[in-house]
Amino acid sequence: MTLIKEGWEAVIGLEIHVQLNTRTKMFCGCELSFGDPPNTHVCPVCLGHPGVLPVTNEKAVEYATRIALALGCRIADYTIFHRKNYFYPDLPKAYQISQYDLPLGIGGHLDVELEDGSNLRVGITRVHMEEDAGKLVHSGGASGRIDGADYSLVDFNRGGTPLVEIVSEPDISTPDQARAFLTQLRSLVQTLEVSDVNMEEGSLRCDANVSVRRPGAALGTKTELKNMNSFRFLHHGLESEIERQLEALESGERIVQETIHFDPASGLVSSLRSKEEAHDYRYFPEPDLTPIELDDAYVERVRQSLPELPAARKERLVAEYSLPPKDAGSLSANKPLGDYFEALAAATGDARMSANWVMGDLSGYLNAAGLEVTASAVSAEALAELLRLVSEGTLSGKMAKEVLEAMIDTGKPAGDIVAEKGMGQISDAGELDAIVARIVAANPGPAEEFRQGRDRVLGFFVGQVMKETKGQANPQLVNELLRKHLGGAG
Amino acid sequence: MSPHRLDVLDLTAHRCRELLEAGDVSATELARLYLHRIAAVDGAVQAYLLVDEEGALAKAAAVDAKPRGERLPWEGVPIGLKDIFCVKGMETTCGSRILKGYHPPYDATIIGKLRAAGLVFLGKLNMDEFAMGSSTENSAFQTTHNPWDLERVPGGSSGGSAACVAAAEAPWALGTDTGGSIRQPASLCGVVGLKPTYGAVSRYGLVAFASSLDQIGPLTRDVKDAAALLDIIAGRDPRDSTSIGLPEPVGTPSRTDLEGLRFGVIKEFIGEACEPGVREVFDSAVEMISSLGGVCEEVSLPSVEQGIAAYYLIAPSEASSNLARFDGVRYGHRASGADDLYEMYTRTRSEGFGPEVKRRIMIGTYALSAGYYDAYYAQAQRTRTLIIRDFAGAFDRFDFLVSPTSPSVAFKIGEKTADPLAMYLSDLCTIPVNLAGLPGISVPAGFSQGLPVGLQIIGPHFSEKGMLGAAHALEQRLALPLVPPLAEVAR
Repeated sequence: MTLIKEGWEAVIGLEIHVQLNTRTKMFCGCELSFGDPPNTHVCPVCLGHPGVLPVTNEKAVEYATRIALALGCRIADYTIFHRKNYFYPDLPKAYQISQYDLPLGIGGHLDVELEDGSNLRVGITRVHMEEDAGKLVHSGGASGRIDGADYSLVDFNRGGTPLVEIVSEPDISTPDQARAFLTQLRSLVQTLEVSDVNMEEGSLRCDANVSVRRPGAALGTKTELKNMNSFRFLHHGLESEIERQLEALESGERIVQETIHFDPASGLVSSLRSKEEAHDYRYFPEPDLTPIELDDAYVERVRQSLPELPAARKERLVAEYSLPPKDAGSLSANKPLGDYFEALAAATGDARMSANWVMGDLSGYLNAAGLEVTASAVSAEALAELLRLVSEGTLSGKMAKEVLEAMIDTGKPAGDIVAEKGMGQISDAGELDAIVARIVAANPGPAEEFRQGRDRVLGFFVGQVMKETKGQANPQLVNELLRKHLGGAG
Repeated sequence: MSPHRLDVLDLTAHRCRELLEAGDVSATELARLYLHRIAAVDGAVQAYLLVDEEGALAKAAAVDAKPRGERLPWEGVPIGLKDIFCVKGMETTCGSRILKGYHPPYDATIIGKLRAAGLVFLGKLNMDEFAMGSSTENSAFQTTHNPWDLERVPGGSSGGSAACVAAAEAPWALGTDTGGSIRQPASLCGVVGLKPTYGAVSRYGLVAFASSLDQIGPLTRDVKDAAALLDIIAGRDPRDSTSIGLPEPVGTPSRTDLEGLRFGVIKEFIGEACEPGVREVFDSAVEMISSLGGVCEEVSLPSVEQGIAAYYLIAPSEASSNLARFDGVRYGHRASGADDLYEMYTRTRSEGFGPEVKRRIMIGTYALSAGYYDAYYAQAQRTRTLIIRDFAGAFDRFDFLVSPTSPSVAFKIGEKTADPLAMYLSDLCTIPVNLAGLPGISVPAGFSQGLPVGLQIIGPHFSEKGMLGAAHALEQRLALPLVPPLAEVAR
């Protein structure tokens, strides 16, 4: 345990909701959507009309199984759905079909690499399947919540989207660890290609259970922290809540078990105590669905279909390409980026240079443009072509950066841009030889200095040649030719 | 034969089919015949909540426009529907104010099957609100009267369906059975009522009361019609994960003897709760089974005595969840003038639901609550398992089990409304059958005090074919005159 403050430690467990990217919803045939006009992806089933029945999305079960297996969970051979009953306008049946005491996956873990390079193993209590609720839009009122609103509108497009809930053990003891866990869980799920795992769009959501205690003491009373819809907010929210609990305990108050709402605008946490939160969910087995019994052959088939996971890829990138572990870690954390790197390395035959370009200029451009590498204007093949011009000596590294910018702007191949801009390095020995001879002849003073052993004068001549060639001369060749023409000590 | 000389009282569904096939009557004439009958007697019976005259005549005209040789077997035969089935665009209330004005945007699976078979929908039939009740007195709109004695109830919850068929306001009808809601009214109205094996018929589009118990089934004037209607509606439905269908079509029952069949008489269902008059009819039915070659022997199923207790925890528990969607947000009744969300919920549901529905929602909510779940819901489910085992054990020794369908004949309107427990006892003999998911049929077996008494035959899962055969043999031998006195009044 890492102490959060002298004499105190925090105990944090996370509950993560992952929206699956199946084609259709969890229990009906409506297509998933994001950002479409309200209530355009709905049917009697996901609107909770009288008489409708749910039918389990087989693909969603497979995706959930992938997640559970990737987290090292045991897959239950008998798993059932339960109804979680509560009234809210975004929940059309007034119950959520979820799982309770017989979840799909049990008892896994995620090994989290921390900033200092050490490893934190976080236990995974359970992985279960459920359906998402709709979305409410409140109009009027100060709170932005349903109480006090003039009216509220409901959009059921999201209602019924398949969700996987991942519950961690309370093995996390700092906001930094929580962020590292979530970051690495995100890259794991992304690698599985079962979710967009986008926190801003809500396809990855995180709640936290937090308590603080004296080291070695019994667990303190926990609170549930909600609404942390970015990695930054997760960190910030945990810091604020831990601070709040510490202050309360140090001033002799008691922590009340309650749900706490994080307000990103103020960075403060506040109690979410209201009538709608006083729940007894009255879980009972969903009678409209039959139990799911996944046999060993099925589980094995899904296991075999899993892609290489980030941790394994990192090890392989270190071994296969001799990358520094940190670079290998960065490239493995983002599957498409790792794929891009490997395609580039294969095309160029130079892993180090490829890694530097992917993590340097390419990532810089992608981050600035807010793009995933899959949406990059420059493909791995196109970048490989550019790097070939560099290693052949046609372009200097500095010029290549300029060319990359132009490739991004225009979408044209590197060769075209180099030709258009006349940027090819002058590597023609004959052409350069004449220029060098002329410059040496025109500067007898410095030439004499060089011959007497003042090596630094060579820089002057290089500068003159570069000026003459507008920087396009191959520097290595210029060096050789200058030494030839200057003769002497050098 | 010209239509005005046709008497609806002589008609069964298969007789309608024969007349249509022979060209003796047109579908339009047949529809008009029933619409006239409804107009003549439904003021007294009050079986229908909605008569779709326009729709029925339009459908009948479409059937008549087709050459006879190209029609499907049941095309043009009219049918009445319990108001619990979603029919696209046709008001579906489930007997509740909370759904008044609700027009479903989709068809129930069985409605699709009836449409595909070419049946003509006469309208929607009265029922206890959300199928909770045994008399139709819990309907928010009207109480249906028993055609055999208008001062008495028709039973329930499918009382509208049973009374409608008994009064010949439709040749046949569909109902639903959660704890006896087809068989008990069939018994009280002198018609045949079949509850299929759980899973034989899709529940998609049936407004749910208790999901693990609800089944759709026919109410008909004879066993042959019950078999035919079952074959139309049964089948595995991808929209209902709990549906399986039947292993094979039941076909037309033709059996006239009971040779080689062993019948167990359930001891627990013929005790004190059973009226003497009902017991007499039942005893003579058992004698008749023997005279047809069947072997009858008493059998004890001790766990069924806990059937009502288990049922009144499981069914309300599921109902409390199933009925939570009626919240005023998307459809149905919404209270006006509420200041906030919770007041809207509370007032909508307080205004929309009747007392029995509220009672069961409260019971179910309580039984599922933290701290009570194990003592009530979980305990009831364990009891259910015992009941399933008792039946399974009995079917090791017997082909079928028999009992009275209802311990009493039709009771007076208002007689049991003040005493819910007495009302719940109406389903003593039928409830355990639902808990075990078994098929059961009620066939008219005789009369007591001038009122019909039904015999219940219970079979193993998916034994409908054999069960209908046995029921047919008994029906043929009994040859009861099943024309209610109402007919004389109306003519």
